[in-house]
Amino acid sequence: MIPEIGHFALILTLAVALVQGTLPMIGAARGNDTWMASAAPTAVLQLIFALAAFLALMHAYVTSDFTVVNVALNSNSAMPMLYKVSATWGNHEGSMLLWIVILAVFGAAVALFGANLPVSLRARVLSVQAWIAIGFLAFSLFTSNPFERMFPAPLDGKDLNPLLQDPGLAFHPPMLYMGYVGFSIAFSFAIAALIEGRVDAAWARWVRPWTLAAWCFLTGGIALGSWWAYYELGWGGWWFWDPVENVSFMPWLMGTALLHSAIVVEKRDALKSWTVLLAILTFSLSLIGTFIVRSGLLTSVHAFATDPERGLFILVLLFVTIGGSLILYAVRAPSLKAGGLFATVSREGGLILNNLLLSVACATVFLGTMYPLIAETFGYKATVGAPFYNLTFVPIMAPLVAAMALGPLLSWKRADLAGVVSRLKFAFLAMIAAAALTLYLQRGPVIPVLAMGLAAWLFAGAVAEWAGRIKLFKTSPSDSLKRAIGLPGSAHGMTLAHAGMAVAIAGMVASSTWKVEEILVMRPGDTATVAGYDYRLEKIERLQGPNYISDTATIAVTRGGEAVAVQKPEKRTYPVQNMPTTEAAIHTTVLADLYTAIGDPDGKGGQIVRIFYEPLVPWIWAGSLMMMLGGALSLSDRRLRVGAPKRKRAPALTEARA
Amino acid sequence: MTRKRRRMVFILTAMALLSAAVALVLVAFEETVTFFYSPTEVEAKAPARDRGFRLGGLVEEGSVRKLADGLTVEFRITDLAASVPVSYRGILPDLFREGQGVITEGKLGADGVFVAREVLAKHDETYMPREVSDALKKSGVWREEDGSK
Repeated sequence: MIPEIGHFALILTLAVALVQGTLPMIGAARGNDTWMASAAPTAVLQLIFALAAFLALMHAYVTSDFTVVNVALNSNSAMPMLYKVSATWGNHEGSMLLWIVILAVFGAAVALFGANLPVSLRARVLSVQAWIAIGFLAFSLFTSNPFERMFPAPLDGKDLNPLLQDPGLAFHPPMLYMGYVGFSIAFSFAIAALIEGRVDAAWARWVRPWTLAAWCFLTGGIALGSWWAYYELGWGGWWFWDPVENVSFMPWLMGTALLHSAIVVEKRDALKSWTVLLAILTFSLSLIGTFIVRSGLLTSVHAFATDPERGLFILVLLFVTIGGSLILYAVRAPSLKAGGLFATVSREGGLILNNLLLSVACATVFLGTMYPLIAETFGYKATVGAPFYNLTFVPIMAPLVAAMALGPLLSWKRADLAGVVSRLKFAFLAMIAAAALTLYLQRGPVIPVLAMGLAAWLFAGAVAEWAGRIKLFKTSPSDSLKRAIGLPGSAHGMTLAHAGMAVAIAGMVASSTWKVEEILVMRPGDTATVAGYDYRLEKIERLQGPNYISDTATIAVTRGGEAVAVQKPEKRTYPVQNMPTTEAAIHTTVLADLYTAIGDPDGKGGQIVRIFYEPLVPWIWAGSLMMMLGGALSLSDRRLRVGAPKRKRAPALTEARA
Repeated sequence: MTRKRRRMVFILTAMALLSAAVALVLVAFEETVTFFYSPTEVEAKAPARDRGFRLGGLVEEGSVRKLADGLTVEFRITDLAASVPVSYRGILPDLFREGQGVITEGKLGADGVFVAREVLAKHDETYMPREVSDALKKSGVWREEDGSK
């Protein structure tokens, strides 16, 4: 019964979305207040129905209702409760439903918190939002109905893919989707603005918090996925330039550009049509990210929930959304009035450079990801991997990182470059010191050593800017503290995010350059030495988990005779799908991860063991967390609070800031 | 600075950046592209020895053999029309099995053995890399029911 209610609720969601997509839009065109006012209640209603459908599916999973095909294929009664819940979105149909729910959440949030948006803008934004929902609902209902039944029901389910039975991956998809879908708000605002023919500072102030929130979630989602790949696959790597990873990274790059260009619109009333274009592109890339791998167009080693048979529907959906919005942009963008003047060397100029570099970097990732398709049209099969991105993406990002320390120090309209450079002498010293220290410790090749220096430059530059604002060491500590408290949240946020970027870069560079890897056969009692640590294999025992059997190794790690850690890497077998998984054991220190994983027995009493010394990998996660927190801190800024700004108050606020 | 001149500066910067990026991308494609071959193609064309490529197909039934060092594995990759011997030192992916579709990346040795640097199998039992299914279709042994399982 409950699955039918869910199915029915999903149909109602579509009906409501159809109303929400048409009435307010027509009302806005005709100036009919009643019709426009229908936008908010329908948005809330859409959320209620979508949520009901989602909960119905979750109920089927939690109660292991195997008459539902989706549950029978992706769950099992022996699974722990956490994974029964997360299995709801661990499959194609369920993940679509999650997408729809999150879309409805964002739509309802605009309806509820946007009470002081101009009525026509709000009506149009919500209508555009509803059209996106209609596309997805139609896709879900007509091609991927999660509530399909089967009789007779199987005795037990086929189990969730064991690799997904992991806390990291239980929360990775919702996080990622919050990011992808969050950009839909920026998109809807952009389309609404194009229809209205008006973009101003207040518009940017509404768009920015949504973009920022989406960006935080996407950052977290990508980091979580990367972390999962790192500890679950047992390969010791955290990024493989695989299509699945790339498609989530592209909206991040574009979204980062959008985040920065929206500041220019808000503060200086310039770059309007560019910002609108970025909003469209960011969400388009999110759509591509959701679908391109799923559609089976690109092969990925770690994509789940793919379904090539629905590829055509997906392509049509992508084509209509992206093509349609770009056509609208081409027709309407010229009518957006350009705003304030500024010199080439200025904060605006710096942010434009940021945008150009991020877009070009994103384009190279796009070309690399799409290369198999390009090759195929020329009649051969080929891919590109990490070396391609090292030659293209990395050299484009390097000047961006170098400029990132300068940008925040530039003043609006016209900046004094010499003065800014002189404020960065400490950052310059930090760069040289870090490079020298790296060279002394590791004697690596030139480029990584320079890259470590660049990371230090960015970190020191971000801190210098912040220190300058609170006049650290230039005035009494209590005065500095007072200034720090008085500083807006977005200023702290920016420093934290930029510093986090520096920390993450250091981690990425160090771990990909100075990683030590050893693969060997060990018998109980054997000792191996990797990067100064001694690993002694104590024993291997067979243990029984809730829904798996595990071969658990006990490895004692010592350094110079002193105990460091006891690691227990596992090789699990999930009998339902007869599928093995690797559970790596990771001991984290500040400077490195000690990482062990076990493979198959060699058949002669030995066990294949993989030992990695992974320098600075923890910094990648720490840096990502700093970026997320930085974004959250900016969101807490009163001036950015969702729905807070009013159009007529805008000029006063801009002045107060300057 | 006038609006027009400013716009020119930015457009020129953008063009310069773009052309630099295009140059980078073209060079990088030239140098790093990894071709994909099926066993039949390897047999027919004998790709250059010094250049790495991807070889994909099914792991031939009964071909997987572990060498005495316990770390090196030898197996054959087949598209059911031709097959190529492969050797790989390291831990195989969890889902590496006989009869499973895999992609390997490495170089062809002088003895005709493909020395794999990397072996990729998907994280999903029912998965068949598209390159592999296309290769199987080409060699004429693909049946639709395999694709839909």
